[in-house]
Amino acid sequence: MIEAKTLNVEKVREDFPILARRIHGHPLVYLDSAATSQKPAAVIDVMDDYYRRYNANPHRGVYAISEEATAAYESARQRVATFINAASPREVIFTRNTTEAINLVRYSWGRANVRAGDRILLTEMEHHSNLVPWQLLAREVGATLEFLCIDDQGLLQLDDLARKLEGVRLLAITHQSNTLGTINPIKAIAEAAHRAGALVLIDGAQAVPHMPVDVRDLGVDFYAFSGHKMCGPTGVGVLWARRALLEAMPPFLGGGDMIKRVKLNEASWNDLPWKFEAGTPSVAEGIGLGAAVDYLGGLGMDAVRAHERTLVDYAMERLQDIPGITLYGPRDPELHGGAVSFTLPNIHPHDLATLVDREGIAVRAGHHCTQPLMDRLGVPATTRASFYIYNRADEVDQLVNGIQKAQKVFA
Amino acid sequence: MDDLYREQILEHYKNPHHFGEITDADITQEGDNPLCGDVITLYLKLDDGRLGDVRFRGRGCAISQASASMLTDMIVGKPVQELKSFPTRELLDELGIPISPARMKCATLSVNTLRVALNGDSHEEED
Repeated sequence: MIEAKTLNVEKVREDFPILARRIHGHPLVYLDSAATSQKPAAVIDVMDDYYRRYNANPHRGVYAISEEATAAYESARQRVATFINAASPREVIFTRNTTEAINLVRYSWGRANVRAGDRILLTEMEHHSNLVPWQLLAREVGATLEFLCIDDQGLLQLDDLARKLEGVRLLAITHQSNTLGTINPIKAIAEAAHRAGALVLIDGAQAVPHMPVDVRDLGVDFYAFSGHKMCGPTGVGVLWARRALLEAMPPFLGGGDMIKRVKLNEASWNDLPWKFEAGTPSVAEGIGLGAAVDYLGGLGMDAVRAHERTLVDYAMERLQDIPGITLYGPRDPELHGGAVSFTLPNIHPHDLATLVDREGIAVRAGHHCTQPLMDRLGVPATTRASFYIYNRADEVDQLVNGIQKAQKVFA
Repeated sequence: MDDLYREQILEHYKNPHHFGEITDADITQEGDNPLCGDVITLYLKLDDGRLGDVRFRGRGCAISQASASMLTDMIVGKPVQELKSFPTRELLDELGIPISPARMKCATLSVNTLRVALNGDSHEEED
């Protein structure tokens, strides 16, 4: 029997140069990884190495360093495909980020397949990036939007799922809420959606960095995520989709690299995945993402998830003892990913974030790009602490101390 | 930690001056700051070219609400013509704390709303 890996957080911390920084005289306590994660030296180094040793435009260069760049970039794609258990690297489209991946589906698949009167099913907890593109598509083609509601613990209410799926072309849903931390039961929802004839798109920006994700096991059709939230650089994200869908979809952006043969008045398209990657790609960023999945794979995603589960469990326990606090999100740690949102009476989240920043603690305050969810919760904003592989339980304690100090200021 | 939130700011936040509404206001202007979700409504009563009375309602962070309270003290009774170009700097000086770029919209929400109320647009003055 193979023993499950556990995360050695002290060793992990040594891999992240930024954690040596002091902020306002205190060690940096970084609790905003849901916005963007910090980067290990392994990622920074491979990007630096690309620029120093083999910077060249990939694909078609016949000289040595262009071939090296092509090999490194395509090897990164292969490793990303393995990381999410895609059937083939041809199903891995590099985009700028999750937002661009979702917009790719909106423009390419959406315009070709969603018609007037069709319905698109979303949820109340979607990030604006998985809401606004569908508002725009619905307005453009005359489709309507429907929403799955949440209960007071931030869990999706699925009793009426079958009814809400009637006439739905696409179900677009987040794997893990960036605000509530809720982990949604994607596999079961996708099965129900397929029975109803709908396709399923998952916003995995908060899931792929934090838990094992197997796109084939989930049984979904489109899966989008960002590099920069999973130890990789900004400027690279991924759209995974089933190959048959990608083959049938028209191109997204037109230009170089995405074509096979161009005449003055027409063109034919390149093979997958390049059909969807017009222009010079983010080469260093792609290579950096490859190093990021190597790094996370080395830690083991089960170990990553277990570590965050422990931290969230501890954070919920410590935070709930603070007088007057309101905690959002699931109470069951099994259903709660690495983000905890809360509000305090008499202290606005931005005032709290400003005050704890003086102690070197970075938390996010605001609507977290989920304004409809804020409306549902009846608050203008929340404070969010989000955890990752380099966070320790004592950083939760420091956050609690910071909150208590802020409460004294506002007492 | 608490030097950022001076006693005076917290006092204005907890007990804001000119808080409330004017039912027969000459000008009612809403302003909001999507970053924090701060909202304020300014009620202005004009009196022979001067700002005869001012009230505000709002909710949001301490910086935004305290600055609104301070602003009302600074502008009541002043000539409207003068207030049309009320300098943002004067309000920031009154706040008396360093405002980071991220929080500037909180600090200036009230004065920007005043500017819209009196000029019909939000052109911020250069200084």
